[in-house]
Amino acid sequence: MNPLNIPLLSIITFLPIAGALVLLLLPGAKLQKWWALLVSLVTFAISCLLWVWWRAGEAGMQFVERFDWVPQFKIQYFLGVDGLSLLLVLLTTLLTVLVLLFSWEGIEKRLKSYLFLMLLLEGGMIGVFLALDLVLFYVFWELTLIPMYFLIGVWGGPRRIYAALKFFLYTLTGSALMLVGIIVLYFQGGTFDLLALQKLNLAPNLQLWLFLAFGLAFAIKVPLFPFHTWLPDAHVEAPTGGSVILAGVLLKMGTYGFVRFCLPLFPQASKTLVPWIATLALIGIIYGALVALAQKDLKSLVAYSSVAHLGFVMLGVFALSAQGIAGATLQMINHGLSTGALFLMVGMLYNRRHTRLLADFGGLWKQIPIYGFLFLIVAMSSAGLPGLNGFVGEFNILLAAFQANKVFAVFGTFGIILAAWYLLRAVREMLHGPLTKPENAAIPDLKVREVLTLAPLVILFFVIGLFPNLFFDKINPSAQAVVDALNRQNPAVSIVVDK
Amino acid sequence: MFEYAWLMLAFPALGTLIIALFGTRLGKRVVGVLAPAMVALSFGVAVWLFVTLLGLPAEERSHEVTLWQWMATGSFKVDVALLIDQLSITMALVVTGVGFLIHVYSVGYMHDDARFPRFFAFLNFFILMMLTLVLANNYLLLYVGWEGVGLASYLLIGFWFEKPSAADAGKKAFLVNRIGDFGLALAIMFIWTGLGSLQFTQVFSRAPEVWGAGNATVKIVTMLLLLAATGKSAQLPLYVWLPDAMEGPTPVSALIHAATMVTAGVYMTARSAVLFGLAPTSAMWVAVIGAVTALYAASIALTQVDLKRILAYSTISQLGYMFLAVGVGAYASGIFHLATHAFFKALLFLAAGSVMHGLHGELDIRKMGNLRAKMPTTYWTFLVGAAALAGIPLLSGFFSKDEILWYAWQKSPVLWLIGLTTAALTAIYSFRAVFVPFWGQERDKKLHHHAHESPKAMTVPLVILAIGAALAGYIGLPRLSLIEHWLEPVFHGSETAAAVAGSAEAAATAAHSPIEWVLLGVSALVALGGAYLAYRAYVVNTDWPKRVRESLGWFARLVENKYYVDEAYTAIIVQPLKDIAGWFARTVDQRGIDGAVNGVASVTGWVGAQARKLQTGLVGLYALSILFGAVALLAWLVVR
Repeated sequence: MNPLNIPLLSIITFLPIAGALVLLLLPGAKLQKWWALLVSLVTFAISCLLWVWWRAGEAGMQFVERFDWVPQFKIQYFLGVDGLSLLLVLLTTLLTVLVLLFSWEGIEKRLKSYLFLMLLLEGGMIGVFLALDLVLFYVFWELTLIPMYFLIGVWGGPRRIYAALKFFLYTLTGSALMLVGIIVLYFQGGTFDLLALQKLNLAPNLQLWLFLAFGLAFAIKVPLFPFHTWLPDAHVEAPTGGSVILAGVLLKMGTYGFVRFCLPLFPQASKTLVPWIATLALIGIIYGALVALAQKDLKSLVAYSSVAHLGFVMLGVFALSAQGIAGATLQMINHGLSTGALFLMVGMLYNRRHTRLLADFGGLWKQIPIYGFLFLIVAMSSAGLPGLNGFVGEFNILLAAFQANKVFAVFGTFGIILAAWYLLRAVREMLHGPLTKPENAAIPDLKVREVLTLAPLVILFFVIGLFPNLFFDKINPSAQAVVDALNRQNPAVSIVVDK
Repeated sequence: MFEYAWLMLAFPALGTLIIALFGTRLGKRVVGVLAPAMVALSFGVAVWLFVTLLGLPAEERSHEVTLWQWMATGSFKVDVALLIDQLSITMALVVTGVGFLIHVYSVGYMHDDARFPRFFAFLNFFILMMLTLVLANNYLLLYVGWEGVGLASYLLIGFWFEKPSAADAGKKAFLVNRIGDFGLALAIMFIWTGLGSLQFTQVFSRAPEVWGAGNATVKIVTMLLLLAATGKSAQLPLYVWLPDAMEGPTPVSALIHAATMVTAGVYMTARSAVLFGLAPTSAMWVAVIGAVTALYAASIALTQVDLKRILAYSTISQLGYMFLAVGVGAYASGIFHLATHAFFKALLFLAAGSVMHGLHGELDIRKMGNLRAKMPTTYWTFLVGAAALAGIPLLSGFFSKDEILWYAWQKSPVLWLIGLTTAALTAIYSFRAVFVPFWGQERDKKLHHHAHESPKAMTVPLVILAIGAALAGYIGLPRLSLIEHWLEPVFHGSETAAAVAGSAEAAATAAHSPIEWVLLGVSALVALGGAYLAYRAYVVNTDWPKRVRESLGWFARLVENKYYVDEAYTAIIVQPLKDIAGWFARTVDQRGIDGAVNGVASVTGWVGAQARKLQTGLVGLYALSILFGAVALLAWLVVR
């Protein structure tokens, strides 16, 4: 339903980019901050219209916009949103607002460029989730790379150049292969239209190679073990805002890519590779958790926890069932919210103490009780406490994995024990114990602005945890459609496109 | 009226929310009224539902109330829904009833604590989660309560988090419980996959048909449930968190670590009676673990010198009795003992708290003595609790424990003998805990001088609980057994299941016989004998224990050090995992994987550097290369 008949998706995608360009003309830090916040808020508000005008129960694309872009090569400007991408778009627009709110203080140099890049990044990420033409998708995919490279490289920590370059090279290697894959697909199907390409019956061998070409790009983004070593460096060096967006949204481009592209385009290859990918996902879950347990720096602890959490998402996706994909899709959102909140809280502490080493803290709950209380809720959400958001995603993923192979579920469930261990260790060393360090005895508790930054996330933890069907209602039909596409016997089965 | 059952949850939820958000602004006075009031309202609803159930015929006493559909993905569906029946309402009455008294007591006990509101927010949250656990109509919602009480317990054990030992104890409790939760989560997956539902009524009606008796899956499921139960109910091998949990404020020990939360495993096992009925081997494991834990923990309780730790090990031991009961199929007896234990153990802990309060936090019984002169109410109530725990005839613990021993006898005389030995030890350590601190001479004059009786807010709950501890047994008098008849319909299915499994004698239907009276007499004698022995050893002949200890040699040291189980777990499990984690982080990740990545990068860099040398700028060389290349290509095309 789109009562005003306006190109909503284009507006959401290009409003941040246009806002970023206007920002360049604005003088004064205060005006720039307000402008960036306003742009992100309006974008978020408009993206909420997608939720309001959503046609319930439909699996296909909604709010579709489509016209020829480069007719010579049949490249189209083709946008659409379904249950798999809707929540990711909303997550992107929400997290951008919160990151800008967080960045109100603490960005000392080149504020204008920082805000410009953030808005540009937002547009790129939304484009990735909405694009249904492979070339358009590729353009947006690469568009996100550049702002993040600069965010890490300019506003990052001491080893920022190394981290930014590593991030850049790693991602570029993956996307170069994806580009080759896209071109091969074009020669097979004569189009870049994703929905049309899904009807192709590719030879199993070709499917396998193409899966690997796309899959490497996505696996690096996720990151799937053993392609994860760029992540801790990028996170530790990135400024807080960059980390939140990186963990909250950019990683999801990888898992989303698997669901949106690899599964429906290469169904047989997907089925063939299940044991391999599930094994890597499980290694990621347990290995990531154990490495997180050994970290001394709070931020790298959170970074490695992402490796473990994204392992769960991959496990859900490659259960190849409606429940697994729905659970994984929700878990992408959950991870964005919980880990986003964790990075925000690490940043808030860093702004006060200019250190992130666990050994420098201890007993903080006494000094900053509101912070302590919120940190505990966030940690519990991340640890998958039933009643909060993380549990719903994880449980559905594990149950789906159980149907695929009981061993997957056993190891995955074991990972949940470890998750509690590293998070409670962080709580123990940071918040509990005596307040011994004099530097910690004077730090102020959270300001209203900071509480407001975290509040939407914490409220969503409870809403998703208690009423997940609000979200599953939208995800389920599209998840089922992916499964149908995986199991299609003949090319006649197609996904309904809303014209 | 059952549709109002959600009110039981709503009151503590509201209390938690209000106190968590506005507690400090409301002040101690308001919070001190609000928090107990919310639990009292919940208790009121529970009583009302209980009376309603009583007014209905036995077969109409099970009601399900769906609140909303929780989640639906693929073909998986589960609701947020409550089951109101004899078992759940009994549990709800214990939880809210004992919980209310402990709230009241806490108002006095925690009065001077700076974080008073936070304490009550946590207490209300605990009640909310415990009620979710016992009222859930399906395994997944039960799991919410299951982990929720774990969180509440973590928060309350670590309430005085400045103390490293308290913070560590909280963390340990949560993590050890998570190992148990691992079992529950996997059991849930097996149940849904096998039966297509998680709703208790559905599961228990389908299980006998789909799985049948002795089926491998039902064995796995019940063993996983047992793992979960050993975590929450502090049985071997996962009991290790409970003694440390005594770091929390004493009302917490009473409420969570004695009266309510730790009984969750017994409740869950009893609720799953049908499944255990289908898997007699698993049920046997429950009984064996219960019996062994009971004896094991009682032996440790005998050697502890910290009053709260004596009670902690005693709790583990008594929970072992409950496991023994549900393991031999005497579910109603298990729940009966759960209820009487809730009274007398809450009483003992609160009385211990009163001692602590009077002695400025001192808990070492070797420093106490002759406290009955200074703290009469505390002494008399403690005495009632200890006597009930020891199984002195006509007090509550006597009836419930005796019933368990009677059913254990029918299953296996060996189990009965272990239970009886434990009963003897129980009587000795209970009265040791009475005689050493309250009788004899004051050992620490200064401490004794300052000792004083506690305020009314604390002593009144003690008296009420003491009455309960004395009289609660009369709901389960031998042969009359009101509670058994009340609960019988809930466990009816398990008897059928057990019959299917060919172990009908396992069900709690065995005929009463004269032997029951003989055994009753034996238990009574053992309890009285134990008490007398304690009197001889700790009042009359106080160097006895020392000589016994010396004659036992290494064994005494082994028991005093709690069999070194904590040390063994650290050495075998915790430290190796930490070492692996450190090795992964520092060697595998940084040198191995990242080293490989950087290796690829340097190789690429080297190739690039070599390639750069080719680009010499000598046009002649380029031309030559092109020539060679073209010739080679042509040659290849021709030869091919």
